[in-house]
Amino acid sequence: MQPILKLENIDKSFPSVKALNRASLNVYPGKVMALVGENGAGKSTMMKVLTGIYQPDAGLIEYQGAAVQFRGPKDSQDQGISIIHQELNLIQELSIAENIFLGREPTRYGKIQWQQLYANVEELLQRLNIKHHPRTRLGSLSIGEQQMVEIAKALSFQSQVIIMDEPTDALTDTETDSLFEVIQQLRDQGQGIVYISHRLKEIFRICDDVTIFRDGEFIEQKPVADLTEDLIIEKMVGRSLDDQFPKADLELGEVCLQVNNLCGNGVVDASFSLRSGEILGFSGLMGAGRTELMKLLYGDAQIHAGEVILNGRTLELHSPKDALTAGIAYVSEDRKADGLVLSMSVKENMSLSSLAEYCTSSGRIEHREERQAVQKFIDLFRIKTPGQNQIIKNLSGGNQQKVAIAKGVMKQPQVLILDEPTRGVDVGARQEIYQLINRFRHDGMAIILVSSDMPEILGMSDRIIVMCMGKLSGEFSREQANQELLMAAAVGKKAEELV
Amino acid sequence: MTTNSASTKIVPQNQDTQIKLFSKAWLFQEKSLIALLLLIVIVSFISPNFFSVDNILNTLRQTSVNAIIAVGMTMVIITAGIDLSVGAVLALSGAFAASLIAQEVNVVLAVIITLFSGLVLGAMSGIIVAQGKVQPFIATLVTMTALRGVTMVFTDGRPISTGYTENADMFSWLGTGYMLGVPVPIWIMVSIFAIGWYLLNHTRTGRHIYALGGNEDATRLSGINVNRIKIIVYSLCGLTAAIASIIITARLSSAQPTAGLGYELDAIAAVVLGGTSLMGGRGRIMGTLIGALIIGFLNNALNLLDVSSYYQMLAKASVILLAVIVDNRNK
Repeated sequence: MQPILKLENIDKSFPSVKALNRASLNVYPGKVMALVGENGAGKSTMMKVLTGIYQPDAGLIEYQGAAVQFRGPKDSQDQGISIIHQELNLIQELSIAENIFLGREPTRYGKIQWQQLYANVEELLQRLNIKHHPRTRLGSLSIGEQQMVEIAKALSFQSQVIIMDEPTDALTDTETDSLFEVIQQLRDQGQGIVYISHRLKEIFRICDDVTIFRDGEFIEQKPVADLTEDLIIEKMVGRSLDDQFPKADLELGEVCLQVNNLCGNGVVDASFSLRSGEILGFSGLMGAGRTELMKLLYGDAQIHAGEVILNGRTLELHSPKDALTAGIAYVSEDRKADGLVLSMSVKENMSLSSLAEYCTSSGRIEHREERQAVQKFIDLFRIKTPGQNQIIKNLSGGNQQKVAIAKGVMKQPQVLILDEPTRGVDVGARQEIYQLINRFRHDGMAIILVSSDMPEILGMSDRIIVMCMGKLSGEFSREQANQELLMAAAVGKKAEELV
Repeated sequence: MTTNSASTKIVPQNQDTQIKLFSKAWLFQEKSLIALLLLIVIVSFISPNFFSVDNILNTLRQTSVNAIIAVGMTMVIITAGIDLSVGAVLALSGAFAASLIAQEVNVVLAVIITLFSGLVLGAMSGIIVAQGKVQPFIATLVTMTALRGVTMVFTDGRPISTGYTENADMFSWLGTGYMLGVPVPIWIMVSIFAIGWYLLNHTRTGRHIYALGGNEDATRLSGINVNRIKIIVYSLCGLTAAIASIIITARLSSAQPTAGLGYELDAIAAVVLGGTSLMGGRGRIMGTLIGALIIGFLNNALNLLDVSSYYQMLAKASVILLAVIVDNRNK
């Protein structure tokens, strides 16, 4: 079969790095091509070459059988290549219809032809099975639905090639399912799709072929059927991963955290306990109240009722400061939004919570002591940075995440709450984070692991609590737990009903 | 090491990234300093009267008031805030100072009371921003308007003279005196910048100020009391306005009810010229000093060149616009 879009031997260099080295990618009509690789493997650069944001140093781009050169995103979009970015490019305050035809509204004498606009959009929405009126304000839609609007926008351009960059990262499982239905529908209509994802399970579910990149180089293109998950990982990292979830058995310590009948915004009557050295997983669908519960424990939301007892002492939690002082640290699920100060350096971010320990009583920073402490964690966490004063924005996602975790650990907490600690983190760094988590528990820390990644939570936790609509809907030991049970509890079913 | 993606070279980790002197990045970083030096060199050639000790000291003394206020303004702007009330705080605390001196209150005590009033007036803005969750622009617009009103009530719309006592003479030294041949206001300005630099770069509070401006949510979740930091920066900004008011009042031996009109804009201009981002999280106190000096020397040069004060405003506007465009272009 002839590819509809073909990029061959693309080179692209930047002052300090060669981002692409003879990289190739083929997109076939009516097929879904997965593009995988670690962070920094060159996927994003390839997409920027493909959409004309970057011009390649060398190589050939062929589209519909002819060599082309894209002058910019608008050019490639006009020619039928659409990209749906991880961060959605939509305007919250405008309606669905206004978003889809932004800048291309059908007009007559300068007046927008609303009837025609709404009719066009209505048709698109029906095709994608989106049950919203075109005049609905975009901001009132869920993230998943907004993503569907992006896809509708891509379709409105009559796109032949649609690129999706980590589309399921912010989606619930049901939303993911309906996204996959749409992808299948598009494929059957003959569109070529590029699907970029860290989630290998999804690739086996939805993709026909896989292209693997490593360090800016093309490694392999193969049908999905000829590959296994382990094989893909091996080719991505260039080495074999013996065990994705390194887990050492450990004698658990005493109960250190006891939560009794905790109620707050989005959380109803939560009670559980946690032993030192234990990893307690929290599973559930998005919006089940997991992050809300963690914010209660961390003093960042108001506790309406119930109590939190740490080492026999009932805590007064009115602010994150109270929680940190008591010995509870929290690593946020969204490091860009509220985990890190992106304009500050690695050092300044890492020591932000524990700066008082490196200060004199008058508040003067002891720079030497701060540097030494930060260096210890950079070495321990294997954080790849040119120096402590590097602005954190310039680090890769995995290294940023390590700094965010180090910030919490530096405070030497008794309880460490990790909310989606590997989201947007590549496979190699992911495994290093798992190893770190195991190391913390050996040091006697108690860990709460909130994750939407099923294999991760099953692989790492000693015990798993599932939440559904603000309530704890199930608790499983490591031995009992499996994906079906967790999912059943997550949707509020009793395990027996499922079988 | 069994780490991943080895595509980027890793420099030894304990070596901090430092910008080489006179490299392109350095030139860009120090562009306001270069602009200031260029300005001084060019004007020295055009006007023979410019490069004299008297003229330079005179210009520095004139600049000191704006520069001191700009120190407080820098801190507020680094937290992504803004303080429009500094001119009004200056007028009111100046009126306090003048009436205290006129009533023959001891100079030291009068100065302390005046500084304290500035601190409290600034804290009011800070409390409205922090506890009231009001946008800084609106909050300080409110305090600005209110304090202008209070000043008019307090002074009855008339200047307050410090009188002709020995006390008043001692007080006026703060604005007109010399130490080691250098005007006192310049000494005050230099000390305030030294303290501001120390606070921002070497204390925990300074670090928290940058963090707050960079990302308020992340700062709060890092266990920092962000409301406290907000109240601190607006208080310090009020304090610097009060310090400036003492210099002005001492120099004129009287407090004008309309003193400090438009000073907030000059202070903001100095901060922006110095490279501090209005978006918060980024900025250097020494940049602000350079920014204030650029405005000061530009005014002085245009005066020496007999340019009408109407055109001076246009010149100032052009310089600020140019600075911001250059800064954005290279981001």
